[in-house]
Amino acid sequence: MSVTDELVDYDDAIARYDAVLGIEVHVELGTATKMFDDAPASFGEVPNTSVTPVSLGLPGALPVVNGTAVEYAIRIGLALNCQIAETCRFARKNYFYPDVPKNFQTSQYDEPIAFDGHLDIELDDGEVFRVEIERAHMEEDAGKNTHVGGATGRIHGAEYSLVDYNRAGIPLVEIVTRPITGVGTRGPEIARVYVQTLRDIFRSLGVSEARMERGNVRADVNLSLRTSPDVPLGTRTETKNVNSFRSIERSVRYEVSRQAAVLDGGGSVLQETRHFHEDTGSTSSGRVKSDADDYRYFPEPDLVPLAPPREWIEEIRASLPEAPVARRRRLREEWGYADAEMRDVVNAGAVEIIETTIAAGASPAAARKWWMGELARTAKTEGVALEELPVTPEQIGQLQALVESGRINDKLARQVLEGVLAGEGSPEDVVTARGLEVVSDDGPLLAVIDETLAAQPDIADKIRSGNLGPIGAVIGAVMKATRGQADAGRVRELIMERLG
Amino acid sequence: MSDLTRVTAAELATRLAAGEVSSVEVTQAHLDRIGAVDGAVHAFLHTNTDEALAAAVAVDTARAAGEDLPALAGVPIAVKDVVVTKGQVTTAGSKILEGWVPPYDATLVERLRAAGMPILGKTNMDEFAMGSSTEHSAYGPTRNPWDLGRIPGGSGGGSAAAVAAFEAPLAIGTDTGGSIRQPAAVTGTVGVKPTYGSVSRYGLIALASSLDQAGPCTRTVLDSALLHDVIGGHDPRDSTSLSERAPSYTEAARAGATGDLTGLKVGVVTELGGEGYQPGVRASFEASLELLTNAGAEIVEVSCPSFTAALAAYYLILPSEASSNLAKFDGMRFGLRVEPTEGPVTAERVMAATRGAGFGDEVKRRIILGTYALSAGYYDAYYGSAQKVRTLIQRDFDAAFAQADVLVSPTAPTTAFKFGDKVDDPMAMYLNDVATIPANLAGVPGLSLPSGLSDDGLPVGFQILAPARADERLYRVGAALESLLLAQWGAPLLSRAPELEVNA
Repeated sequence: MSVTDELVDYDDAIARYDAVLGIEVHVELGTATKMFDDAPASFGEVPNTSVTPVSLGLPGALPVVNGTAVEYAIRIGLALNCQIAETCRFARKNYFYPDVPKNFQTSQYDEPIAFDGHLDIELDDGEVFRVEIERAHMEEDAGKNTHVGGATGRIHGAEYSLVDYNRAGIPLVEIVTRPITGVGTRGPEIARVYVQTLRDIFRSLGVSEARMERGNVRADVNLSLRTSPDVPLGTRTETKNVNSFRSIERSVRYEVSRQAAVLDGGGSVLQETRHFHEDTGSTSSGRVKSDADDYRYFPEPDLVPLAPPREWIEEIRASLPEAPVARRRRLREEWGYADAEMRDVVNAGAVEIIETTIAAGASPAAARKWWMGELARTAKTEGVALEELPVTPEQIGQLQALVESGRINDKLARQVLEGVLAGEGSPEDVVTARGLEVVSDDGPLLAVIDETLAAQPDIADKIRSGNLGPIGAVIGAVMKATRGQADAGRVRELIMERLG
Repeated sequence: MSDLTRVTAAELATRLAAGEVSSVEVTQAHLDRIGAVDGAVHAFLHTNTDEALAAAVAVDTARAAGEDLPALAGVPIAVKDVVVTKGQVTTAGSKILEGWVPPYDATLVERLRAAGMPILGKTNMDEFAMGSSTEHSAYGPTRNPWDLGRIPGGSGGGSAAAVAAFEAPLAIGTDTGGSIRQPAAVTGTVGVKPTYGSVSRYGLIALASSLDQAGPCTRTVLDSALLHDVIGGHDPRDSTSLSERAPSYTEAARAGATGDLTGLKVGVVTELGGEGYQPGVRASFEASLELLTNAGAEIVEVSCPSFTAALAAYYLILPSEASSNLAKFDGMRFGLRVEPTEGPVTAERVMAATRGAGFGDEVKRRIILGTYALSAGYYDAYYGSAQKVRTLIQRDFDAAFAQADVLVSPTAPTTAFKFGDKVDDPMAMYLNDVATIPANLAGVPGLSLPSGLSDDGLPVGFQILAPARADERLYRVGAALESLLLAQWGAPLLSRAPELEVNA
């Protein structure tokens, strides 16, 4: 996609314009079944197998609200400091499209389950910024279209299209912010951190796996510019489905630059949806939004209003986990990490896994070293998430215990880990099977040392005469001969003993 | 054997339980009757001969093995084609579903099967239950067994005619604005629209979700009660299904059959009578009121002023919901698929071509009305106002039921009219349901039973309405009036219907 938009340098644009954001985040709930029927809400099944008459919209089928989805929506609402509605309803959003089996989407419209909340997010430098939440409402996902043939994978130019209804009816919660004002130069960062914080909340609430790359969390970013905070909001664009944190940041920067150029040129921003392109970091025009969009909303007559009992809401509130920002601060102090270290851990999505590793006996420093070092590199190479690696936090705890007991050294530990990742069993199993234990018996070591010294009498003489320079070479040779299984410190001691 | 088609379902159940007849004999007798007269009546769109007989064999085998069977086990039944039946073609009277075989059973069909009731076939209806005459069926109209030149009512004319023509002892109907009760009235049969939520809607091809309700079509009040007991009760797959356990309607009907109504207060609704009602209909209605008085009931006049706006509200709410419910018929996943004859074959154009070819005029009319009524800028004036009227009607019912135990009216303003009389005049057609619509808008139950013949020799229906969740009152009062009328007539009204010509 070639970029033809006129652009103004971001810093220049933001010096003259006030950017206002609005973010809509959809999260797929991790319920066992769909929003309105008992088809499994699973990921990666054979197309059109996780379906029932209800999710296919067959004649006669009726929806029934998934109670767990309602509970999850309430958890999200409470975590975002929202009011929970005394009663609320679903509505039908009517539009014809092949991925919507009933040709209407069942969604909440004028009566969301949660409203009037806020979320405090911690920016990269530790500053706390408050995002006001307008509403969080429940709805069902659509099916997935695949356009086959044609160059772009888009509908235009495709020879035919396939629809997979496995996703149709997966429960979603959509969280809509109020206009986010006062962002100054930090709009892109605020947008990213807001979505990151939501992702962390979804995970800590246990309501979703919240995997961006799988589309569990999808963000639409609205942006408008105005000449000053004292004038009314400008016309906004909505950049759809920006699916990574980095993309969120880039898309906001791009839209600021693009809109500024439009306004500078005396033009007006078109109210439209825009698509973000990862390759160029640019957005392109999608569908023009107009007042002609008429979804003919009306209350869903197949469902009765929801009236979540107050006691139930209070029970849920009492069971909520600590808010991620507060929890992060507490853990940072407990673990003694530097701000930057903690931020890296958070951005890598490794807080939980490190916490479990520490619980399994590893020191905070060791847990961080493993997960942010060796394992992060492996995950990156394999293109998988940390928690998808075939090693558990408990195993990392065991591995570290082996190191600390002196049974293996760091170098061996990496080999043990390699074995665990290759599916050879627990660290203990790998040590035994591969015979990787540090040689702690002096007898065999002395034999190797004597052999080495005998082979290089001149070096032995130097050391004997007090020149310790070449001792490293001897140690290296011994380590090599023992395939790294010797304790280097002990080897040094023994050499010194031998050469008096 | 032909007399097996003339007895009531209750009587068939007794004979089956006693081992006097087998379900195969009863089922075959009805299949034979269908073969003999349905060419003229056209009550059925599809018959399920093999499956019905297999179900009958299964019941007979179970009975022979001494198993304890449900009350209606072995009694066959016809089902309106708007109710989905697994493995059996279901079209809702529309071309757009021609040949569609549902992969699942409606809850009420599951209950019929569990009760051991062979399903004879699927009955004709106005397309998607839109109409009062079956003239809007895509597969040709059903004829009234009383006069083959006249309509059998609608939308459930097929179910009512099947029962009236002795092709089935029982049938299932659905009633959105009178589609069970008005056909019952014009065919001299009994029809019940239960309280909204009494019978599961799961598997009913929706017309207007907030109004639709399935119910019995039978020849006697007791038979309706027996069938209601089979199909009623909570269904977790229907969110609007009532959760509380209903009393036995069969017991209520049996208790009412004694004919004693001492202490009962019967409210005559001023707005559901008078002008626009055929004199012969009014005369029959008033004669029944006299019978009720003689049986000890007290007749009181009640006014429900908002009922005059019911028809207008109904024709906004129904099309609005229908426009959305019928959106799924688009050629993408099931049923008819029509590709445009010229131009690109896009999803949107296939949808348009399919809907253009697959829906009849009345369906299109209501989809257009509903789409308009729900449009931004019009919603409040149309759908919103109609919902307010609905609330007023509910309040009128509340006030009326504070003065009377049941309310009564003629079921329909006229007897069966001739084919073609109203088909080009939607307003005249819609007025057929003026007395039945208020019950749907308020969710209250209603029953129609034959009260005699009008001066034109055609049957007249008497409607009884009860408060929501008090369906048992319909059966008690209905059975009482029925027994009083029967005592007067000496034989069921249907015995006066002309004998249909039988195909060899």
